[in-house]
Amino acid sequence: MNGLIEKLKADLIKQLNLEDLEPGDIEPAVPLFGEGLGLDSIDALEIIVLLEKEYDIKIEDPREGKEIMYSIQTLADFIESRRA
Amino acid sequence: MKAGGPEKDLCTMNRDIWITGIGVASSIGMDVRQTLDSFRAKRTGIGKIEILETIHRSGFKAGEIKHTNAELMRMLGISPERQPDYSRTALIGMIAAREAILHAGLTGDDGLTTAVVSATTVGGMDRTERELAAGDPDPGFIRTHPCGDSTEKICDFLGLPGYRSTVSTACSSGANAIIHGAHLIRHGMADRVIAGGVDALSRFTINGFNSLMILDREACRPFDQDRRGLNLGEGAGFLVMEAGDIAAREEGRRVCRLSGYANTNDAYHQTASSPDGEGACTAMSRAIGMSGMDPKEIDYINAHGTGTENNDASEGAALIRVFREHLPPFSSTKSFTGHTLGAAAGLEAVFSVLAIREGMLIPGLNFLTPIDGLGICPHTELAEGMDIKNVLSNSFGFGGNNSTLIFSKH
Amino acid sequence: MKIIREIAVGGGEVLINGAVDFTSDSKEHHQFLKRIYRHYGIDYPKFFKMSPLSKLGFLASELLLAGIDLSETAPGRVSVVVANSSSSLHTDQIYQGTIDSKPSPAIFVYTLPNILVGEICIRHGFKGEGIFFVQREFEKDFIFGYVESLLKAGQSEISLAGWVELDINGVYLADLYLLKL
Repeated sequence: MNGLIEKLKADLIKQLNLEDLEPGDIEPAVPLFGEGLGLDSIDALEIIVLLEKEYDIKIEDPREGKEIMYSIQTLADFIESRRA
Repeated sequence: MKAGGPEKDLCTMNRDIWITGIGVASSIGMDVRQTLDSFRAKRTGIGKIEILETIHRSGFKAGEIKHTNAELMRMLGISPERQPDYSRTALIGMIAAREAILHAGLTGDDGLTTAVVSATTVGGMDRTERELAAGDPDPGFIRTHPCGDSTEKICDFLGLPGYRSTVSTACSSGANAIIHGAHLIRHGMADRVIAGGVDALSRFTINGFNSLMILDREACRPFDQDRRGLNLGEGAGFLVMEAGDIAAREEGRRVCRLSGYANTNDAYHQTASSPDGEGACTAMSRAIGMSGMDPKEIDYINAHGTGTENNDASEGAALIRVFREHLPPFSSTKSFTGHTLGAAAGLEAVFSVLAIREGMLIPGLNFLTPIDGLGICPHTELAEGMDIKNVLSNSFGFGGNNSTLIFSKH
Repeated sequence: MKIIREIAVGGGEVLINGAVDFTSDSKEHHQFLKRIYRHYGIDYPKFFKMSPLSKLGFLASELLLAGIDLSETAPGRVSVVVANSSSSLHTDQIYQGTIDSKPSPAIFVYTLPNILVGEICIRHGFKGEGIFFVQREFEKDFIFGYVESLLKAGQSEISLAGWVELDINGVYLADLYLLKL
């Protein structure tokens, strides 16, 4: 799981052009949207693209993504659950 | 025409702007007459994609003009070997602009300063992507690609050598072309402006809007609680706008007046509208203010109404804020034509003029349930024989660019 | 009409009112625009998500407005009037490259030239009139005349106006003015 979390942080930084951030700056439990990292709706769509490209998981309805993408931790949990 | 500072003094600010010609081409008709027939029959142009070659043909519906480029060229009387010179965008634009000037009775050089302002977002991308996908692209697409090319082709085809410019501000482009035209007339830089917008369907935009997950796989449902997104469309709409003193020279030429307009920025997000519809609210209020009217004097609103969750909630909130208990009948004609992007405001300006001229309330299609918390319902039945004096038309583009136009009978 | 300030960015140089204020050996847009961001101590993380064209327009507007007090100006009275020649062609090509694998929504957003106007407005809360023209070359007289009529008509009190171009080869030029009566 730790490996997945570190990979996710790196993936997000790259996919979302979070240039000024290092993986160490992102706490797994911190909210990605609104407060916390301050990502927006376009970032959410890019995360959906990332999930498909890197993890082969397709999300059809963007609204489904809200809970999954709450934090790096919830994203990792979701990916793990799909792998099982 | 000299491009430069205003040459006449500010009393020309009171130069009224009259519409003397209209022209359209879209999936509901290749001219005004066919368009009116479609409104009367409640016949949508949204359906299967048949002409554009895209992997999304079976996935999404669109308001596609059911004519190939070769057919469009025949309609324009252009010989087939000139096909490499024209993007689909240019061809559609030429058809609509030609109808507008014929309707206005413009026959040749009448010594008046005539300008052309056209808007587009796709430009010649329809041709470019086709050429690039082919094994051996014809490099001529470099000439037809730029946004300005369709404007130039319209001017050349209509034999208009004067000032021309191209506007590109996403879905409000056509309205901003009309607003720019109004500025040109008001400040004495032109006596007459042909203004509007055009866009063709392209793989570029279908894939792009799909990546934003705001396309509906079925026909769009503007202002409905269960709306799922927009349908793309293609088309063109142009107005001939003339200074009041010029339009009045001949009896019967004046159709209606552009009595108010405004452009504002929502300053909220690159593609989403603010939840309280602030930018939309300000655009509508300012346009109504310019017209000197009270909001309750508006008889019909042609809404932006794309059918996306975000726009319709935001625009709906703005309508309630501006009109309160006096919300007039409103509808989104995008349920007929799809969202034609750079053409939308041009097409819908023509529809607004038609509403006045024909005394018609154009219905919105596919509506069942009002949006929770807003409770407003678009007009869903065609009504004719009405006295439609003032029409407000909204067009809100990505980049927070919000435009409102108001047309008046008198 | 008065020119309060002029910013030009091109060929690895930043000019303020005609005088070179910053240069860099890295003249190519990708590096140079980042260097401008860092050199002037701009703190706006969303910058990194913008397309190169929007970055250019955004940076030019940041320098144009630096230290200018607009607290007395209502947000609806600031207009933005911009033109260029290639629209968003540079970004269009990048986006086109993503279509075959996975179309990128974040890049698609920037395949409209007026998004750079939107970015400037979002940053400063400007809610006034904005327009984007596509012209063969910078028609400065036309743009200035247009702005002057907006200002004289009272529709706007101050305007950011000019040319922001980044062509398909990455060659960039911004020439932006802050204008008032």
